[in-house]
Amino acid sequence: MQVEMKGITKAFGENKVLRGVDFTLQSGEVHALMGENGAGKSTLMNILTGLHKKDSGEVFINNKETVYANPKEAEEHGVSFIHQEMITWPDMTVLENMFMGKEMKNKLGWVQTRDMEKKAEEVFKELGIDISFGRTMKTLSVGQQQLVEIAKTLLNDAEVIIMDEPTAALTDREIRTLFKIIRQLQEKNVALVYISHRMEEIFEISDRVTVMRDGVSISTKPTSETNYDEIVKHMVGRDLEDYYPEMDNKQGEPVLEVKNLTHMPDYDNISFTLHAGEILGFSGLMGAGRTEIMRGIFGIDGIDSGELYLDGERIEIKTPTDAVKRGMGFLTEDRKSEGLILDFSVRDNISMTAFEEFSKNGWINDKEEEEFVDLLIKRLTVKTAHMELPVGTLSGGNQQKVVLAKWIGAGSRVLILDEPTRGVDVGAKREIYNLMKELAERGVGIIMVSSDLPEVIGVSNRVLVVHEGTLSGELNRDELSEERIMTLATGGK
Amino acid sequence: METKSAAITRKKEKRSELYRKLGPLIALIVLILIVTVLNVNFIRPNNLLNLLRQVSVNALIAFGMTFVIITGGIDLSVGSTLALSSALTAGIIALGVPSVIAIAAGLLIGAFLGMINGLLITKGNVAPFIGTLATMTIYRGLTLVYTEGNPITGFGGGFAFQFFGRGYLFGIPFPVIITTAAFMILFIVLHKMTFGRKTFAIGGNEQAAYIAGIKSDRVKTMVYAISGMMSALAGLILTSRLNSAQPTAGTAYELDAIAAVVIGGTSLAGGKGRIVGTLIGALIIGTLNNGLNLLGVSSFYQQVVRGVVIIIAVLLDRKK
Repeated sequence: MQVEMKGITKAFGENKVLRGVDFTLQSGEVHALMGENGAGKSTLMNILTGLHKKDSGEVFINNKETVYANPKEAEEHGVSFIHQEMITWPDMTVLENMFMGKEMKNKLGWVQTRDMEKKAEEVFKELGIDISFGRTMKTLSVGQQQLVEIAKTLLNDAEVIIMDEPTAALTDREIRTLFKIIRQLQEKNVALVYISHRMEEIFEISDRVTVMRDGVSISTKPTSETNYDEIVKHMVGRDLEDYYPEMDNKQGEPVLEVKNLTHMPDYDNISFTLHAGEILGFSGLMGAGRTEIMRGIFGIDGIDSGELYLDGERIEIKTPTDAVKRGMGFLTEDRKSEGLILDFSVRDNISMTAFEEFSKNGWINDKEEEEFVDLLIKRLTVKTAHMELPVGTLSGGNQQKVVLAKWIGAGSRVLILDEPTRGVDVGAKREIYNLMKELAERGVGIIMVSSDLPEVIGVSNRVLVVHEGTLSGELNRDELSEERIMTLATGGK
Repeated sequence: METKSAAITRKKEKRSELYRKLGPLIALIVLILIVTVLNVNFIRPNNLLNLLRQVSVNALIAFGMTFVIITGGIDLSVGSTLALSSALTAGIIALGVPSVIAIAAGLLIGAFLGMINGLLITKGNVAPFIGTLATMTIYRGLTLVYTEGNPITGFGGGFAFQFFGRGYLFGIPFPVIITTAAFMILFIVLHKMTFGRKTFAIGGNEQAAYIAGIKSDRVKTMVYAISGMMSALAGLILTSRLNSAQPTAGTAYELDAIAAVVIGGTSLAGGKGRIVGTLIGALIIGTLNNGLNLLGVSSFYQQVVRGVVIIIAVLLDRKK
């Protein structure tokens, strides 16, 4: 199947999201679609699959002008979109999920489980997937769920598959499996659109790269003829020499000391010290227990044993309220479910942690609140038309800045940042690093949990590596390298 | 700095927000106009004061319910709480306790019963629907046990208690004054104080609120206590007016209260709501009841109309 999109424009209200985009897709190719958040990638693909109507432009499929009425119609014609946030029925089985809404029935309307199993088995076999049909969806890992989702598209004989950030939540092993399957799809002449922020993956898996910026396609090139710097430059619209800010290696007094923190089976006997003005990286494989340790420190999940000291003084943290009161802040890994109230305004989200700043005896001073929020929005350069906009309408990077604003406003002296740049585009990433640096310079102690190795190395003063729930090593800034960290993270010495 | 187009969008949003807020009010005005045209007696001061007094019981319960629903919960026990706190208050008065103290005790009993709901939901981790469904029958059962199934009458009560449900101040029924005061206090608590902000935050995303340091369990428990207290307050007015505490008082009142909250534009999903809307919602229901009675519509049809109005309200709210 061959897709050609010409001069596509689309505006949401006054916001022109697409301003004349050209895009082509050949069968059997993996076409990477890159661009910062808000560049228009998803909108373009949503126009292809009929979720959005284009304002102008043309879409040709196999040289015939085509408009799908809705994603279902697109799917029936072999064009499937696997969204970043998959829609599944967690309490139903894999088989039920795969055939949701298109169950095979006999004349009496009875569902023919046997036939469905047979058909699903064919697809699974073809892709080399080994998951039992009877398992409920929620017992599967995100990676496995994704494979089911891919298999599902093949039930429709998909000829075009669009994947939006497919690897965002996958472990390295699952990514390998995914890539293997992408290769197999390619051999079957399926055309794939691969939307991702992860540069290494693009170079490994894609045949061509299209970069979008501000609603226009900037360039389309064979992957072999371009490079990292060029793509970034096209995405950002300028050179990025100093991607990571220059870090000075001063560190102050210890602020937070963690002693023998244990919560089996997640982590065991964790001890470390965080200094004022330090950015302490926490590295390790996914599932090693990094997030769990942080949740334990912050009082979100209970601990079995262990002690916490703040400024040398023993403290008890039983709930996040205790932690916040002590001047700690926690940017969680999952911004949408734990960090923000998406349909609340930017103002309400920022002021949530800092009521004392603009209230007296429980009475809110609206004006002071507005000034307080306004100041933080300016300081963090949150891009929002005004503070009453629902935070869910902002881009990923700006949402993350709102979470940071919330904790900076609360005056946090110890900040735990769990994957602070996940789902954040290149430009905003840099702003977040600069902000971290600025905070550290003002004496805030920062713990940064990150799976992004270049980021850990680029930003941290010191790195602790977690392996299967224990600290497997500590590396100073001059000892940092991807190889060292990976060795420690996988249990080596 | 705002760009021009952003300012325009902002104005548009503000306007649509205004329509949204005004929707129930416009509906109320239209309803009043229609009823008045069909029967001019409706608009007579006596009838209007009567209507407001009738509305006050449901409005008070619905105010408390608004808080609960904004947290994403529900309180089915309000009717039973009303009955149990009324019966106990009547019993206290019968002991010869001064009525002002008895009234205070009655309110505390209501708050306590609500707090039990709150603890059940927060500490016991029971879904609000189930937890308050259980206490609904428990409180009702306790009421029946305490009253032995008979109304408590002739307990007397001093002037203060009699005045509570029957008195007039400057020609306005005292229950209406109580309701107005309760409305103003709760409006401030919900929209001008941090407690209200926390209530909204919990309904919007409880986990995010918790991690932001909000004591969600405590806020929720207090919200249910408010609901219980408002039910007790409504019960005291009812008891004073009838001069008797009925063991079956308040049966199915939770439904009218929920209806008022929903008509007023508060989302059952939590996180969104306005207490002004609830007041208007209660007035719409009251106007319907009163107006349909005046027009001589059979009570069977009245129920149908009320249901239709709820559906229309929700549909209109969703459209925007």
